[in-house]
Amino acid sequence: MRLTIRHTTRYRFESPVSYGLQQLRKVPKTGHQQQVIHWRTEIEGGRKELSYEDHHNNVVELISFERGTQDLAVMSEGEVEIRDTSGVLGPHSGPSPLWLYQRGTTLTKAGQGVRGLARSVEGETELDRLHSLMQVIHAAVAFEIGDPHAGWSAEDALAAGRGVCQDHTHVFLAAARDMGWPARYVSGYLMLDDRVEQEAMHAWAEAHVAGLGWVGFDVANAIAPDRRYVRVATGLDYSEAAPVTGMRIGGIGEVLTVQIGVAQQ
Amino acid sequence: MSNDTFFDEMWLEEGGVRDPYRRFATWFDDENPKDLRAKQREAEDLFRLAGITFNVYGRSAAEERLIPFDIIPRIISNAEWQRLSRGIEQRVRAINAFLYDIYHRQEIVKAGRIPEGMLARNDAFLPQMINVTPPGGIYTHIVGIDLVRTGPGQFYVLEDNARTPSGVSYMLENRETMLQMFPELFVRNRVQPVQNYPTDLRRSLAACAPAGASGRPTVAVLTPGIYNSAYYEHAFLADQMGVELVEGSDLRVVDGRVAMRTTRGYKPIDVLYRRVDDDFLDPLNFNPESQLGPPGIMDVYRAGGITIANAPGTGIADDKAIYSYMPEIVEFYTGERPLLENVPTWRCSDPDSLAYVLDNLSDLVVKEVHGSGGYGMLIGPTATKRDIAAFRRKLRARPGHYIAQPTLALSTVPIFSRAGLAPRHVDLRPFVLCCPEGIHITPGGLTRVALKKGSLVVNSSQGGGTKDTWVLED
Amino acid sequence: MLGKTANGLFWMYRFLERAENTARLIETGQRIALTRSGASDLEWRPVLQTAGALDAFLQVNQEITKDAAIDWMLRSKDNPSSLQSCISAARQNARLVRTALTHEVWEAINDAYMRAQRLLARKVGERDLSAVLGAVRQSISLVRGATLGTMLRNDIYDFARIGTFLERADNTARILDVKYYVLLPSVSSIGSSLDNVQWETILRSVSARGGFRMEYGNNYDPQDIAKFLILDRRMPRSLAFCVRKLRDNLGYLVECYGDRREAWTKADHIDRAYLSHTIETIFDYGLHEFIQRLLALLSDLGAQIERDYRFYE
Repeated sequence: MRLTIRHTTRYRFESPVSYGLQQLRKVPKTGHQQQVIHWRTEIEGGRKELSYEDHHNNVVELISFERGTQDLAVMSEGEVEIRDTSGVLGPHSGPSPLWLYQRGTTLTKAGQGVRGLARSVEGETELDRLHSLMQVIHAAVAFEIGDPHAGWSAEDALAAGRGVCQDHTHVFLAAARDMGWPARYVSGYLMLDDRVEQEAMHAWAEAHVAGLGWVGFDVANAIAPDRRYVRVATGLDYSEAAPVTGMRIGGIGEVLTVQIGVAQQ
Repeated sequence: MSNDTFFDEMWLEEGGVRDPYRRFATWFDDENPKDLRAKQREAEDLFRLAGITFNVYGRSAAEERLIPFDIIPRIISNAEWQRLSRGIEQRVRAINAFLYDIYHRQEIVKAGRIPEGMLARNDAFLPQMINVTPPGGIYTHIVGIDLVRTGPGQFYVLEDNARTPSGVSYMLENRETMLQMFPELFVRNRVQPVQNYPTDLRRSLAACAPAGASGRPTVAVLTPGIYNSAYYEHAFLADQMGVELVEGSDLRVVDGRVAMRTTRGYKPIDVLYRRVDDDFLDPLNFNPESQLGPPGIMDVYRAGGITIANAPGTGIADDKAIYSYMPEIVEFYTGERPLLENVPTWRCSDPDSLAYVLDNLSDLVVKEVHGSGGYGMLIGPTATKRDIAAFRRKLRARPGHYIAQPTLALSTVPIFSRAGLAPRHVDLRPFVLCCPEGIHITPGGLTRVALKKGSLVVNSSQGGGTKDTWVLED
Repeated sequence: MLGKTANGLFWMYRFLERAENTARLIETGQRIALTRSGASDLEWRPVLQTAGALDAFLQVNQEITKDAAIDWMLRSKDNPSSLQSCISAARQNARLVRTALTHEVWEAINDAYMRAQRLLARKVGERDLSAVLGAVRQSISLVRGATLGTMLRNDIYDFARIGTFLERADNTARILDVKYYVLLPSVSSIGSSLDNVQWETILRSVSARGGFRMEYGNNYDPQDIAKFLILDRRMPRSLAFCVRKLRDNLGYLVECYGDRREAWTKADHIDRAYLSHTIETIFDYGLHEFIQRLLALLSDLGAQIERDYRFYE
């Protein structure tokens, strides 16, 4: 299946930005089940400083704000071809060693809540148990519409009993790592069957299963990623795979608008 | 090792003076102690006037202290030095190869020479460095190897400082002071010079410039600022190298490079000798609260636009847990037997070692794995029963956080005390420069001396002083 | 050179100049108090005012006494213009720009600082005041001597000089601002001995008594004094002298960097529009207005230099 994607992020500030940088992780990955046919990024009110691939093979683009700007727009668009592999991506191929994905992070630290959840997991095979984990989390954390709660950890979401896809994924990562699986966060696009326009990117998890390699789990929807899922960036948690990480001096009163369109060709 | 007989580097046990000190001893015998005492005070005035002070953390800005300087030089023969420097070079080569390996394919783990957990559970392992090859393949541009001596040919490595070793300005100023005060000593003794260090440092750093830098790369020193305890050294080195001394607020990412704000506009930097810790280097990529480094420098680094010296993530090589594997590391990467000895080390993560350590706490030195500066440690022989009991609890609670070593009988060198010459324990930190063209070791290094009688702690924060260190020509 | 370094040099030399000025003001105040009988404490108000230290002083002290005023200007850490504060700030800036200074300059400023720390550690008695001030002024002169004798004539030197002359012009203008009324023709016609003392005070506070006598003899005429302090290009603390130096040094920077910046244009404008007339024109313009205008122009010039040479981002 071939998907066309448009993604526009616009910032408007009440006061001018005197200096600022943004790290973007918005370029879809090529490899495993997907291939990027073409992709381009355009910037207004800023410029691209450089790009490189990080230790999760994410393409990172560093952009700077134009001095004194009150508007910044980042527009990316392109086409991606995807094969359905039932969520199975295959063996790990670096550059980070597999053990890195067993490291806990602040956002994915397993506490009593996560451990309690993990105890109710059932199943014969590793894959069964991971599916069971996904269902358990799906039931414990109600899906919320809206913006993510900044800085919420896995335990925070679990305690609240609700969250967005980012929170579901963090809970899954915390539990899976605590149970011994290497696991990672995936930020990406999801084609919706009923509409093209969307407000946010999606997030899901991947765990490494002996013999199979990496396997995806969309915890928020309790299904395995298929041909509608476009992998963009991966990391140990949201902070490493976030589409935008930035800093700026000046630029008070930010108003952010995001427009995403994902459509089948 | 017995604690009551120490090797003295000047005096023979049976009386008389060891070879390297012979000429010095003759000179000393002819000197009037009163004049020397005046010289000792003069040295202090020289240091104070030059502003060779360190700031005390958490005190008012006015608090600047001198590190005590002792006028009796520590003298090493050329033969001894040759042996030492071969060992140091071998070790530093191995450290660089190790760093390259663990941030790439991790062959040493695959070969089973060090356990995976040593890296996986090590906070000093910096994931952002995975698959990054620093310009010229050099990780540790500047290394300080801490050595102690226990006998005639017996040297041990106590610690490898692979992050931002400090103290080199003292090595240089100590020599400068001795040359000023006792020129005649340098006529009688042929002492190998150390004064080229700043020139060597600049050349070595410039040789590590990223591909595409001009023939005369722009080097700068990054300091946390005038309130940092080592600010004097940062300013001194920048001054001596003839390069800019910058702070985080002077720097920005401009045209994909890290550039410094000059009176004529932004100027890109090729090589940044940073004296700021990894965590504070880049608020965009590491600690977001930090103001000490420029946001985005890691991105520029990863895109190949700047050399950071030392490379981020080198701290793992001077981690105390990794230290215990240094003999294996040296052998694995050089294919040679290590020329320098490690201090025998018990890793408390191992149950048998832990049992031994707990049984012998009063004879051992116990160190925390992450940490430096001699704070999170227990020196068994001088510790109180209460300290030992407290450490026993800490060890039982988190054995993996500690290593233990025997108390070494550190050699002594005389200091000039009120009562004349009196032996005091010393260590030695030679400074090593690495670049693609090779490894350069400045003859000698910084000798730190525990000024308190019987003390084994040489840290300046705990009553340590320094001496000029001589390596003789022949 | 780093913008931060230019900033540090500029302020190091401003503070040195200010320290010397403060020392001179204390000496003058003390001198007047000694030569006059009665309520000598009253004389310290204009001294504090000239040093720009009056408001802060009155926040801490109920009334103006000689002892309190001297200590405030000499040692107070709450007074940023006290001798102690100025020397500490100069030395702090010197540490910041250590790499731009010669060994000799650094040692001289460090020594001046250590000496001041020692001399000003305790309250200075009246008997010691003159000796202490003399010693401090001497050590500051050593810094200036080392600067003149060992520094390359490059942009580093230019910023040092720009700081020096901007501060000096500002000091002279402020002395005139506080005392302008005794120089007005209407007042001078009275010609009392009181005026003589006032005029002498002004000359003393810019170290110009000897120079003035050399030029004009013993006969104090307020218009001559005003002319000497404002327009005389031979007098190293006159406004015309300082502004010309500022323009020259900004001119060297223009040469050095190969492009003209706004600051040079502004200095040139001050020189030509305000300091190239006769003293009569200035009195016609209004002495007070003139001084006020000049103070504003100098402050604007300082801000322009900061912007032109990127002292800050």
